[in-house]
Amino acid sequence: MTQAFNMADLSTALPEVVLSLVAMVILMLDFIVPKGRRDWLGYLSVLGVLLTLMVLFRQWGATQSAFSGQYLIDPFALFFKIVFLASAGLIILMSIGYLRGEGADRGEFYALILFATLGMMLMASAVDLLILYIGLETMSICIYVLAGFLKRERRSNEAALKYLLMGGFSSAIILYGMVMLYGLTGATGLKEIASALTADTLSNPALILAMVMLAAGFGFKIAAVPFHMYIPDVYEGAPTPITALLSAASEIAGLVILLRVFLVAIPGLQDRWALLFYVLSLLTMTVGNVVAIAQSNIKRMLAYSSIAHIGYLLIGVVAGRELGISATLLYTVVYALMTLGAFAMVILLCVGEVKGERIDDFTGLAQRSPMAAAAMLILLLSLAGVPPTAGFVGKLYLFGAAIERGYILLALIAVVNSAISLFYYMKVAVAMYMRDLPPAGLALSPSRPLRVVLFVTVVGTLVIGIYPGPFLDLAKSSIAGLW
Amino acid sequence: MNVLQFPILSLIAYLPLLGVFLILALPKESKGGIRWSALAFTLASFAASLWLPAHFDASTPEMQFVEAFSWIPTIGVTYLFGLDGISLWLVMLTTFLSVIAVICSWESITMRLKEYYIFLLLLETGMLGVFFSLDFFLFYVFWEVMLVPMYFLIGVWGSERRLYSAIKFFLYTLFGSVIMLLGILAVYYYHGAQTGAYTFDVLRLMKVSYPSTPLFTLLGVPFSFQDLVWLSFFMSFAIKVPMFPFHTWLPDAHTDAPTAGSVILAGVLLKMGTYGFIRFNLPMFPEATKHFVPMMMTLSIIAIIYGAMVCMVQPDMKRLIAYSSVSHMGFITLGMFALNAQGIQGSIIQMVNHGLSTGALFLIVGLIYDRRHTRLISELGGLSKQMPVYATLFAIIMLSSMGLPGLNGFIGEFLILVGAFKANYLWAAFAVSGIVLGAAYMLWLYQRTMFGALENPKNAALQDLSPREMTTLVPIVIMCFWIGLYPSPFLNRMEASVNFILARIHNEQPVAAQPVLSPERSRRVEGAAPVAQSQPLAALQGEPSR
Repeated sequence: MTQAFNMADLSTALPEVVLSLVAMVILMLDFIVPKGRRDWLGYLSVLGVLLTLMVLFRQWGATQSAFSGQYLIDPFALFFKIVFLASAGLIILMSIGYLRGEGADRGEFYALILFATLGMMLMASAVDLLILYIGLETMSICIYVLAGFLKRERRSNEAALKYLLMGGFSSAIILYGMVMLYGLTGATGLKEIASALTADTLSNPALILAMVMLAAGFGFKIAAVPFHMYIPDVYEGAPTPITALLSAASEIAGLVILLRVFLVAIPGLQDRWALLFYVLSLLTMTVGNVVAIAQSNIKRMLAYSSIAHIGYLLIGVVAGRELGISATLLYTVVYALMTLGAFAMVILLCVGEVKGERIDDFTGLAQRSPMAAAAMLILLLSLAGVPPTAGFVGKLYLFGAAIERGYILLALIAVVNSAISLFYYMKVAVAMYMRDLPPAGLALSPSRPLRVVLFVTVVGTLVIGIYPGPFLDLAKSSIAGLW
Repeated sequence: MNVLQFPILSLIAYLPLLGVFLILALPKESKGGIRWSALAFTLASFAASLWLPAHFDASTPEMQFVEAFSWIPTIGVTYLFGLDGISLWLVMLTTFLSVIAVICSWESITMRLKEYYIFLLLLETGMLGVFFSLDFFLFYVFWEVMLVPMYFLIGVWGSERRLYSAIKFFLYTLFGSVIMLLGILAVYYYHGAQTGAYTFDVLRLMKVSYPSTPLFTLLGVPFSFQDLVWLSFFMSFAIKVPMFPFHTWLPDAHTDAPTAGSVILAGVLLKMGTYGFIRFNLPMFPEATKHFVPMMMTLSIIAIIYGAMVCMVQPDMKRLIAYSSVSHMGFITLGMFALNAQGIQGSIIQMVNHGLSTGALFLIVGLIYDRRHTRLISELGGLSKQMPVYATLFAIIMLSSMGLPGLNGFIGEFLILVGAFKANYLWAAFAVSGIVLGAAYMLWLYQRTMFGALENPKNAALQDLSPREMTTLVPIVIMCFWIGLYPSPFLNRMEASVNFILARIHNEQPVAAQPVLSPERSRRVEGAAPVAQSQPLAALQGEPSR
C-alpha cells in the first residue's frame, strides 16, 4: 500500500483510460453536433469501443498486477472485458435507430453506456474490495440514469426509480458484507483476505454472515431468485437497448465479481457457498422459467428468461473447479450473444405505434420477412438450448460440469427446465410462423446498424453451436491461475 | 473399416440440405421450380443410398463406410458417420419415404410452398444424420435438429388443432431427449474417469462396462449406475417409439400433421426410438437391459392390446391408424426385448415394414382427405365402387399391416412372435391376441369405408387415383411384396450386427472392475461365458432373472 502512483500502473489500465477518454469526447461533442446528426456520436462510440478492444488485445495472455496489487490484469479479466466491450458495441449499434425512433438521440446516452462499460471493466480486474465496489457503483449509477432515459415515458421513470432503490439497497448489503470481511481479516485485498482466514476464523459465524450478505447482494445484481422482484418491471420499462445492457452485460459483471470474491477470497468456505448457490440456482431457473410461461410482453418474458439463464450460470459456480467455472465463462458469452440478438429483434419491430413488445406483435413475421423470422427462430432455439446452436453447447458444458461433480439432481432439474423454457420461446415462433400476417402489415425498423447486430449475434450463435472448439479452449485457458 | 473412401454417407445426408439452399435461392412464386428441386434432391439422395445395400458387407458387424473427422477435440467430439446392418434398412426407408413425401405433397400443399419444402428437406437430413451418427454429440445434434422442422410441418400445415399438437409433440420429445442428454453426459464422464479418455465416440464408450452393482433400492427394485443411465435413454426412446404411458402425443401429432408429415412421422421418426434402444441401450448396458426386460415386455404388451382396442372405437380414420402404430410399435419393442436373434431380427425388419405399411395407410387417408376434407369413417362407405384402384391398393396395404402371409408384415410379426415365444411363451400368447385385434379393426375399417352401398351423395363424384397418386403408393406395395416373398436379402445384411449385439448382451463383462459381485453370480458368469458366446439363445430359454 506504500507504493506511489506511477506511469507503469497507468499503462496497465490503458484500455480503461482510452475508454473513459472516448466517453468524455462523446460528451463534449454532444454540444457541437447538431440534433438529427447525432447518429455519428453512436458510430464514434463504436469506434471507441473497437479502439479499446485493440488496446486490450495487447494484454493477451499477460498476468500483471498494478496499483499496489489492487488491480489485476489476467486472462480471466481479459475474457470478461472482451465480453463487456463487445456487448457495449452491439448495444450502441442497436441504440442508434432506437433513439431516433423515440426522439431521444442525445450523445450522453452513448457516453453513459461507455462509462457503465468502464465500471464493468474495473469490476473484471478488481482484486480488492474497494476497487471492486467503485467499479460496481460506476456501472450501477450509469445504468440508473439510462433506465430512466426516456423522460416522458412513465414506465421508464418507474424502472429507473425501482432500479435505483433496489440497486442502492443491494449495494448497501454488499458493502455490509465487505465490511464484515474486512473486520474479520483486516485486509481488503482478496488474496490477503484468503490468507488471513485461519481455520479458527473459518468457523466464525460472522464470516458465514458476511458470506450470506455478499451472496444476497450479488444475488440482487445478477437477478437471482429470490432477489429478482424488480427485474421484470425494470426490464419492461427501461429503453430496450438498456434492457439488453442490463441482462447481457450488467448481470454478467455481477457474476464476475461474485466469482472473484467467492473463489479467491473465501475458497475455504466452498462447501458452504456451493450449497447456497445450489439452492439459489435451483430456485432461480425454476421460478424464471415457470413465470416466463405466463408473460405476454416479450420484454417481460425475456426478463424472466434471463433470470432462468442466471440460474443455469450458477450451476457452473456450484460445480466449481476448472470445469464448472470454464463452463460458466463459456455460457456468459453464449448468453450475451443470444440475449442481445433477442432484444435487437424487439427493437427491429419497434416502429411507430407498434412497440414490438407484445408477443402478438410478432404475428406473421415469417411472411413479412422470412430472414428476420429465421434469425429470431435461431435465437429462440439457442435460448432453449436446442442444437446446433450456441445455447446447446453452453448448456451441455454446464450440465456436464454438474454431472461430473455428482450434482445429478441439479442437472436433472436444469434439463427439465430447458424443456419448460422451450414452451414459451415457441410461443414467439408460433406467432411468427403459424399465424397469418395481420392485414395492416408489419413494419420493421429500417435501421442498418441494427441489422449488423442481428447478423453478428445470429452468426455468432451458429458458429459457437457448430464449431465450439476454440471458444471452449478460450474459456478453459481464461481461468488459469484464477485461484 | 475403410476410412479413406468417398464420403457416401455424408453425401446421402447432405444432399437434401443442398436442396434447401437451392430452394432458398428460388423465388417464392416459382412453385414448379421449388417442387421439382425438392423432388430432384430427395431422389438424388435415394439414388445415392441405393449404393449402400449393393456394397454392404453382410459378413461383418463392423461399422462400414465410416467417416471420421476430429470436430471438437477439447471435449472429444468426433464427426463420426457409419453404417451397419441395423441402420442400413432404416436409412433406405428414410430416403425412400422422403421421395414419397415430396410426391404426395405435390398438390395437397398449396400454401407457403417454399418453407414447406425447406422444412421437409431439413427433416430428411436430420433423420439420416440420426441413423448415421456414431458420436453421441453428433447424434444428439441431429436428434434435436429433426424436431424443429417436424414441429413446423405440423404447426403450419396441419389441420384443426395443429398448434396444440405441434407443441405437444415438440415438448414431449424434447423432454425425453434432455433426460437422455444427462445419460450421455454420465456415460461420458464415467468413461473419462475410468480410462482417462473423454470421448463421445459411441463405439469407444461401448468398450467399457458400466457398474451394475446396486446403488440404492427403490420400492424393492435395486438400481445401479447402469440402470439409471439405461432409464435416462429409455425416457427419450420410449417417448419417441412411443411406448405405452408416453404415447399420448402420437395420436394428436399424427392426426393434425399434413399427410407427408404423418408419413414421415410414422415411417421414420417412430423408428428412431426403437433404433435408439437397439443401438445404445442393448449393447451398451447389457445388465440393465436384462434387468428391465420384464418392464419392457409388460409395457409392450399393454401397448399392443391397448392400442388395438382404442383403434376399435375411433371414429376418425387418421386417429385410428395413429393408434394402430402404438400397437405395432409394441410388437417391435416386444421382439427386441426378447433378446434373441429371431426377436431382434424380427423387430428390425418390422421397423421397415411398419414404416412402409403405416406410411402407406397415412397416404391412403391423405388421398381421401384431399378429396373429401374429412377423415370421419361415418362420412365414407362404399368407395370401392367409385374408386376401384384405390380400394385395391388399400386392401393390399391393410393386409400387409395385419400381417397376412406373403406380405411384409407377416415376416416381421412371425419372427417377433417366435422370439417372444422362445423367451417366454406367455408373452407370445398375449401378443398374438394383438394380432387378432389388429385384424379386427383393420378389416372393420376397410368394410365401413370401402364396402356396402355408396350412400353419402358427397362421395358419388369421387375421382379414382391419378397417376401421380399412384406413384406414391405403388412403390410401397411393391416393397411390401418383396419383403413378404423374399426377405432374405434384408435379413442377411442385418444378421451379423444382430449377432454382435446378442453377444454383447449375453457375454458378461469382465468382472475384474467390480469386485462386489456376489460369489454365486460370478460363478455363473464364469461358467456361462463360453457357452453364451456360441449359443446366445441358450441363456434365455427361461424368464431372464436377475
